[in-house]
Amino acid sequence: MADVAIPRAKPHMSEDSAWTQLKHNRNWLGFWFMVPAMAFLIFFLAYPLGLGIWLSFTDTRIGRVGHFVATENYEWLWDDSIFWLSVFNTLLYTFVASALKFAIGLYLALLLNENMPFKAMLRAMVLIPFIVPTVLSALAFWWIFDSQFSIISWSLRHLGIINQNINFLGDTTWARICVIFANIWRGVPFVAITLLAGLQTVSPSLYEAATLDGATRWQNFRFITYPLLTPIIAVVMTFSVLFTFTDFQLIWAMTRGGPVNATHLMATLSYQRAIIAGQLGEGAAISSAMIPFLLAAIMVSWFGLQRRKWQQGENND
Amino acid sequence: MTDLPTRSVDLKAVLSGSSPTVAKDDHSEGMSYLQSVPRRMVTLYLPLAIIVIVLLFPFYWMALTSVKPDEQLLDLDRYNPFWTWNPTFKHFHKLLFESYYPYWLWNTMYVAVCATVLSIIASVLAAYAIVRLRYKGANLVGGLIFLAYLVPPSILFIPLATVVFQYGLFDSPLALILTYPTILIPFSTWLLMGYFKTIPFELEECALIDGASRWQILVKIVLPLAIPGLISAFIFCFTLCWNEFIYALTFLQSTSNKTVPVAIVNEFVDGDIYRWGSLMAGALAGSLPLVILYAFFVEHYVSAMTGAVKE
Repeated sequence: MADVAIPRAKPHMSEDSAWTQLKHNRNWLGFWFMVPAMAFLIFFLAYPLGLGIWLSFTDTRIGRVGHFVATENYEWLWDDSIFWLSVFNTLLYTFVASALKFAIGLYLALLLNENMPFKAMLRAMVLIPFIVPTVLSALAFWWIFDSQFSIISWSLRHLGIINQNINFLGDTTWARICVIFANIWRGVPFVAITLLAGLQTVSPSLYEAATLDGATRWQNFRFITYPLLTPIIAVVMTFSVLFTFTDFQLIWAMTRGGPVNATHLMATLSYQRAIIAGQLGEGAAISSAMIPFLLAAIMVSWFGLQRRKWQQGENND
Repeated sequence: MTDLPTRSVDLKAVLSGSSPTVAKDDHSEGMSYLQSVPRRMVTLYLPLAIIVIVLLFPFYWMALTSVKPDEQLLDLDRYNPFWTWNPTFKHFHKLLFESYYPYWLWNTMYVAVCATVLSIIASVLAAYAIVRLRYKGANLVGGLIFLAYLVPPSILFIPLATVVFQYGLFDSPLALILTYPTILIPFSTWLLMGYFKTIPFELEECALIDGASRWQILVKIVLPLAIPGLISAFIFCFTLCWNEFIYALTFLQSTSNKTVPVAIVNEFVDGDIYRWGSLMAGALAGSLPLVILYAFFVEHYVSAMTGAVKE
């Protein structure tokens, strides 16, 4: 880490004109360099974030300026069973999908870490689901889960397991399973490849030493791999939870929240209320309600990163 | 938050499949020779094969559907659904010549390239300032940018829609070109900060002594050395733009202005029972550019992905 500050180009002389100061003073120079990035982030991220919270306290509609209505939107949502259903769906979706993504991703990373032929090609192929735009792969799943022409129903029927086609996206339980499956399918490669990068920093000699001491494969994993991977797991899972929680496009492409709102997430519900129904204020309230959950996820990330520092023993810069 | 791992992740080894670098450091060979071939079959190859097949099957199905003739698509009893002997390019023809698809593809490309270039320029400047100018509060700004990375588009699209409307950008590609950088800048700034940190600052000292300005140092010394990082950031940002959905869905309205993901979902999904062929052809054609790009830059892509997490 280049912690040592770079010496200034010129000694800071008192007779420097204001213009030279602007050109050479490190703080001013830093400011000029930051202007483009900051302009984008302030105008299109920080300002809308604040505006969104403000909108949630107004009764704004599309094409009509709103008035301040205090917490009316939130009170309205508090009694709205569809909103609570979407909260439940979001939590269910996030927990189940993240847990399975983690389990399968870690397993896949461990498998890919072994020596085998065509290793490089396999690793490259595994990542493809993550590259392809979510909506486009969601459409493929929509077709795979079609009620009449689903290839899964067809295969199961021909194997003699079921007699009738499964109504994958028309049945509430099946629809939830399907969207969670599609989300896992897309998330696993990301988890696996990032954990694989972490796995490769673990020295094989640790396993050799443990094996000589009589450790089983499970003990090898539990007491060597897992502790050494904890920091990267913390970060990867924070990202995974965050993006699963705020997922929109997968649901929108596959079910649009149906059947009977069984797959409505908070993000899709806020889109439906704000943009389709035009109730910007109410939609903003739903998306603002996601912020506490996101803060919790960020805290987890923060403590995960803190932990890494003491695990490395030093280097607390 | 800003420390690099003591043992840096060797990204090339992640994909090239060469034995991990640490193995070479301490002369150990791993213990795979302890396992017999049948055991490896069951514990390694079989589960791996299942996972890879599940991961790739949707693409096979997408490709197969897009070349199947209509009557075979819906008749699962007379034809084997897993293969077709008379592929047709009818669906692609329909896509290219009877729909707005070429426009959508062009829009997506145009928006993605412009937004990516804008974000990379802004990120290079910001990352350099944070890492090397180390102005007052640089670490705080770095932390704030990291936080910005964690703000998801799905809580921003409603207020952004009103902002876009106020600025008169509604239904114009410019709305996307200006809003996408908010997703891309935090990510690429963090990625480039990691790259800039690895460039020895002695090089910059020398240049400073020789009388180079900060701008010259950035353009002539730092950027050429950070080219792999720039490529990684570019590829990843481009993919993110192509993948973005909710802003494009909210800010664009007219059919010919849409991007591929939005257009396929909205324009192709009609009541037609024979829509599947062209729908899948559209999905395939929309994915292929990214997959081809990825095939050429696998290493850069992975380094972008792991790099952003690592920091």
